[in-house]
Amino acid sequence: MPEDMIRVEGLSHRFDDLVAVDDVSFHVRPGEVFSFLGPNGAGKSTVINVLTTLLPLQEGRVVIAGFDLRTEPDRVRSAIGIVFQEVTLDRDMTVTETLLFHGRLYGLPRDEVRERAEELVRLVELETKRDVLVKHLSGGMKRRLEIARGLMTRPAVLFLDEPTIGLDPQTRARMWDYLRDVNRDGTTIFLTTHYMDEADGLSDRIAIIDRGRIIAEDTPLDLKNALGRDLVYLETTDNGRARAVLEADPAVTGVREKGPAGLLVTVSEDGTRVVPRLLDALRESGVVIDGLNIKKPSMDDVFIHHTGRALRDEGAESFAAAVGRRR
Amino acid sequence: MDRRFLAIYWRDMLRYVRFRTLLLSSLVQPALWLAFFGIAMSSSFDAIGTQVPSGPGIPQVGYLTFMCAGVISMTTLFTSLFGGMSLLFDKNWGLLREVMAAPMPRSNIVLGMGLSGITKSCIQAGIILAFGLLLGVRFFDGYSPLRLAMAVGGIFAFVSVFALGFVFLSSAIAISMESPEGMQGIMTLLTMPIFFASNALYPVEAFPEALRLLSMANPLSHMVTGIRYFAIGPEFSAIGRTFVCSSTDLLVSFGALCLFSTLTFLFALHRVRVARVT
Repeated sequence: MPEDMIRVEGLSHRFDDLVAVDDVSFHVRPGEVFSFLGPNGAGKSTVINVLTTLLPLQEGRVVIAGFDLRTEPDRVRSAIGIVFQEVTLDRDMTVTETLLFHGRLYGLPRDEVRERAEELVRLVELETKRDVLVKHLSGGMKRRLEIARGLMTRPAVLFLDEPTIGLDPQTRARMWDYLRDVNRDGTTIFLTTHYMDEADGLSDRIAIIDRGRIIAEDTPLDLKNALGRDLVYLETTDNGRARAVLEADPAVTGVREKGPAGLLVTVSEDGTRVVPRLLDALRESGVVIDGLNIKKPSMDDVFIHHTGRALRDEGAESFAAAVGRRR
Repeated sequence: MDRRFLAIYWRDMLRYVRFRTLLLSSLVQPALWLAFFGIAMSSSFDAIGTQVPSGPGIPQVGYLTFMCAGVISMTTLFTSLFGGMSLLFDKNWGLLREVMAAPMPRSNIVLGMGLSGITKSCIQAGIILAFGLLLGVRFFDGYSPLRLAMAVGGIFAFVSVFALGFVFLSSAIAISMESPEGMQGIMTLLTMPIFFASNALYPVEAFPEALRLLSMANPLSHMVTGIRYFAIGPEFSAIGRTFVCSSTDLLVSFGALCLFSTLTFLFALHRVRVARVT
């Protein structure tokens, strides 16, 4: 088994004069779940399209499952499974036919195709839907079928581009269970997502990508720990004065505005112990507290910390719209 | 040998039999052409044609028999030109991404589409032949069983090569297009001159020079020539003229169709190879 299941060095990709991916390097170890987290249009899909050979490799070096993408694209193709962002199923084929077609497309022996299709139908719990046309399946079922299809060839790596986009919360949670099962069976998983909870809950490691560059890469826990121990949200009558008071405290590592009336304070110690002290100091200087909340940092906070804006910021959206059309 | 084009073929045939109405209409439509256009035209043309006696020993056939080869050719043309359309749908809404990401030479896509085009066209040609005979088309008149078998084989060979040529052309266009509407437009634009600048419905000898040259380069004319040779004979008279087709003429026509489908194959292969689906 190769040391790295995926190794990417200096990958760049441009569409005309738009740089969609800018000098990206990372590696994924065998058996890992690795996520690309970023807003729409950050370059996630472009990376996955290059890695899965749908876009040409313009610049950089990519090795997947021990095969060089530039010199042995067909061996890379044989080694991977893909679940695309949009549904790429034929509405007028049945569940079984969809799987058989995929097996034949990859030149698997006939008996093996049947056997494997049956196995996967059971894995994704579509036994009762075997002979149902795809157009009669729910959104979640279609996704499950696509995951099953991606696994037909027993790939070493399964690529998923936004696997739970457009699904309801319960269905998403079930999808994650399937993916954990697949990963437990030894399949390395590379996924892109713009959902914080998805990246957080599913991944061994996360790379945060924004505007074509990786801006942070670590385990979900370490990414969050790097922000400090706790986050304290405050609303006061005088945020300017409050900020000066807060920044004087040794446990406070950062203060920034949040929303129209709030302050977000990062503290390096247990928040429940620091806050009483902070409140005393604020009261002494005559600042009145209107509201208070203590929480552990989320991936959302990590993202804001690294990019200076939330995932749903206007800026991110319009950038996404510009890139999305030419993805 | 790489047989993965059979996966593409299998899937396209699956769709063909799944859409019952489409299947049925594609089989009934050519029969309707024969029944309405054929019978209507033959009743007026035959009134003129029979006034001119044919030479001794040359069989004379009615207009219905004459134009039946045209209807087979036209049907094959339509079916094949729309045969590549599914690539466009797959590209926009379906499986093409999966296919393009498979470790399979792209030629399999083109070959699979071609094979399914042959199958559909041969089924249709068979049905028109049978229906035509019922309506009174005088094909295979006085043939021995051996000659009949060879004639039917010859017709299917022409239908197949011709179908390949247009399925390849249609696939090449489909994979390069963005919208079905645009594709529809191009197809409509193509079918009109191909069908009418040919010998499918009338002799081309009386055409103005430019149109006559065009019809001689038209694959459809070669197709019709081949079918008439096998179904009626090397020499016959219809609508007041005598038609002669030597075996050399036949080979030239078959060669022209082979050349045509080779060129469109290369074109389609090129378009599929450069196509990006993301």
